[in-house]
Amino acid sequence: MTFLHWAIISPFLLAILIPFFYRYIPKIHTGWFVFILPLALFGYFMQQMLQTTSQGGVVEASAPWVPSLQIFYTVYLDGLSILFALLITGIGALVVLYSIYYLDKKKEALNNFYVYLLMFMGAMLGVIISDNMIVLYVFWELTSLSSALLISYWFQRDKSIYGAQKSMLITVFGGFAMLGGFAILYSITGTFSIQETIASADLVMASNLFIPAMILVLLGAFTKSAQFPFHIWLPDAMEAPTPVSAYLHSATMVKAGLYLVARFTPVFAGVPEWFWIVSGVGLFTLFWGSLSAVRQKDLKGILAFSTISQLGLIMSLLGVGSASLYFNDGVENALYHAAIMTAIFHLINHATFKGSLFMAIGIIDHETGTRDINRLGGLMTIMPVTFTITLIGAASMAGIPPFNGFISKEMFFTGMLEAMEISAWNMQTFGILFPVIAWVASIFTFLYCLILFFKTFTGKFKPENFDKHVHEAPIGMLISPIILVVLVIVFGLFPNLLAYSLIEPAMQSILPGVMTGGERFYVDIYLWHGFELELFMTMGVIALGTLLFIYMKKWSSLAIYKKESDILNPLYDGSLSALVTGSQKITRAQITGRLRDYLAYMSIFIVLLLAYTMFRYDAFSMPTENISPIPGYMWVLVLLFILTTVVVPFINDRMAVIIIVGALGFLVAIFFVAFRAPDLALTQFLIETVVVVLFLLAFKHLPNLKKERTKPRIQVTNAIISVGVGVMVTLIGLSSYAFRQENGLESISQYFIDNSYELAAGENMVNVILVDFRGLDTILEVLVLAIAALGVITLIKLRMTGREDV
Amino acid sequence: MKTNNLLLQSVTQVVTFLIFAFSIYLFFAGHNNPGGGFIGGLMTASALLLLYLAFDIQSIKKALAFNYVNIIAIGLIISLATGMVSMFLGGPFLNQYDQYVHVPLFGEVHLTTAVPFDLGIYLVVVAIALVIILAIGEDA
Repeated sequence: MTFLHWAIISPFLLAILIPFFYRYIPKIHTGWFVFILPLALFGYFMQQMLQTTSQGGVVEASAPWVPSLQIFYTVYLDGLSILFALLITGIGALVVLYSIYYLDKKKEALNNFYVYLLMFMGAMLGVIISDNMIVLYVFWELTSLSSALLISYWFQRDKSIYGAQKSMLITVFGGFAMLGGFAILYSITGTFSIQETIASADLVMASNLFIPAMILVLLGAFTKSAQFPFHIWLPDAMEAPTPVSAYLHSATMVKAGLYLVARFTPVFAGVPEWFWIVSGVGLFTLFWGSLSAVRQKDLKGILAFSTISQLGLIMSLLGVGSASLYFNDGVENALYHAAIMTAIFHLINHATFKGSLFMAIGIIDHETGTRDINRLGGLMTIMPVTFTITLIGAASMAGIPPFNGFISKEMFFTGMLEAMEISAWNMQTFGILFPVIAWVASIFTFLYCLILFFKTFTGKFKPENFDKHVHEAPIGMLISPIILVVLVIVFGLFPNLLAYSLIEPAMQSILPGVMTGGERFYVDIYLWHGFELELFMTMGVIALGTLLFIYMKKWSSLAIYKKESDILNPLYDGSLSALVTGSQKITRAQITGRLRDYLAYMSIFIVLLLAYTMFRYDAFSMPTENISPIPGYMWVLVLLFILTTVVVPFINDRMAVIIIVGALGFLVAIFFVAFRAPDLALTQFLIETVVVVLFLLAFKHLPNLKKERTKPRIQVTNAIISVGVGVMVTLIGLSSYAFRQENGLESISQYFIDNSYELAAGENMVNVILVDFRGLDTILEVLVLAIAALGVITLIKLRMTGREDV
Repeated sequence: MKTNNLLLQSVTQVVTFLIFAFSIYLFFAGHNNPGGGFIGGLMTASALLLLYLAFDIQSIKKALAFNYVNIIAIGLIISLATGMVSMFLGGPFLNQYDQYVHVPLFGEVHLTTAVPFDLGIYLVVVAIALVIILAIGEDA
């Protein structure tokens, strides 16, 4: 266990202490104790980055967890991991700081909040730094769990519970699929280590389980990253407190799926399936998210769909970039690994501007009491700082220079235009769709940024719309978003700050083996890169978006605009309730509560199973040899037997039934006599007598039998089942007898015959077996009798009258 | 309706002893002839049942003041203890021993540990048959 191991575990350890801080130091806001940890971790990861990963180095250490199952707690810190680690700890520290001012010390259950938040932080660090897939999966599910806990933080509200359940169901479904993918990968490569899997990628590629493994892993990534059609949980997760939305649902957790795709690119990419699924789903999510965001009336709703859309953008870039693993020559390669670079760059940008926007929206919500864009308006002069933050964040999101969103959007257009040039995989036919969809989606992105900004801050301020006295937020709440927007500007003006330290090493880990012979990726990002087609596309976006916003009154009366909820929501709700009602129906259909039905199921199942087995192995046979001659009196006995048995179902008097059944018992005893089993015969006679007495005693209390009216259909079914059971048992008896004859199996009874007197000094072999050779059976049988007797006493003497305290 | 079952009662008084004696015979015959603890126990139980049928429960209870539940426990203990004796002698559980011993008056007697084992079974069987039937019979 190295320091890095403990760094991942430290949030969990601190989480254990949080309730004590909350309980015993109530004067200080619990968040301050939490704040130190992500800050320290951020410093640690910064130092790791500067020392190791920015030079292309990696930190690797392993500790055994379940070595016999190849599960090692292996940490692997490279360019990609450090990027995420810095995001998680950096934004984590800012979010904790923000939450200290956002959540009230007295009104909120802070101990719960910070325990969940630390759990989440630790789990997220675990996901991105683990090299072992099983450990990754464990942390992955921990993020789902802690995320659901955070969404349902205000668990008194039904909507929170609904949102938490939805996100839990969808992400755990995906996580489970991912585990299946990992299991398949393990079966192919024989290792759970991601790096070793990457090293044997050609083995995976050659396997015929390649496609299932890829789809299962992608399911995990798509559900977590809210890709279409699994995006529906994210808008409902907005019921969480705003710091949680800012942290989990914009900057970190939703990017875990992107991390997974990037991490597994070297394993799966280079084939058309991966390219089409990843970039296709990404593009459609981009389009769908931006279109849906326009319809939202809730600020956090807009941001939720905007997050979905931006995640789709990054996903599509990862898809396009995967083409560089397909081409081997340096020129075409470079075109497509620029897409990967854009994806990483936009990932950082999105975390900064979306985090600041969420925090700004949280401030508005906190200070005005509403997030409805129809009630808000005219806040520009009242909340100038929040106004500035939102302006910069929204401008960056819309892709306006000089902010970082502009650069990544330009580069995104470049990537999509270059995707058209891919000389394989039908791209000549469908490639044109890529830039077109991207462009249209960008128009809508621009539009919802305008809506978000202008509807909130411009117009006339109406005090009657608000329950509170509206004023600017305290300085503590503003620190975090200010830091983030400063980063937005800095990254916009000096993008190469990130290029050498973070983006290059990250590309190195996403595309290993692309650069050979000691070459390194050379990343150089400029704010301004001349009058290219991309710039005109951006201009078009701005012009069309503005036009759409100006004529908003006209199209906002359209029905499709009014409908806020995603059309997939009814599908989800419907299938969930169909699942419940459907399983209820199935359960009610088979669990009828009638013992008769259950008996029928069991009998049918046994008969069918046995019949199938007999047919399957062609096991039917009739004994032909060694059949004993049947003496005359045996025919009489059997005839009597059949007669008594057949009579029983037709008798309607209970006492008569008991007597007939007793007669059957005595017939059996006579059989024993005929087959020379005196001990059995004696026991059978006596037992039958005692049982008949018992039956008569017990049945004296029961009412008389009534003529039961059943449908003829049921009667026929019962008859068929009982005949089936009888025939089956008879056939098995005959077949097993024949089997024994054919194979000459010896009985072990000769041993008892020889040794009964020799070893046990008794001539009655049956009794010697009972008390000597197999005395244990006898002891336990007697124990059974004793338990039965005590049971009868309990049932009858200790019967409740209904007045006892139970 | 209370009838005076003089005939039944008189016959019972005689027959019970016969059945009882037969059951004892069956019990001891078990090792070499048909019989044994189980059959003997059931036979004794039916002798006692006959008593209960011929007389009222209260007077039989006075005459045979056994607590049958205790007898179940005693029987189980005897059987298990017989089985455990062999463990103290270094053998496996339920190892049985036998010995021919010369006893005054009886002559050559074949003693075997299977007999106390069977005795335990005998006691349990007698007691459970009566416990069950009396419990149901006394239930109003």
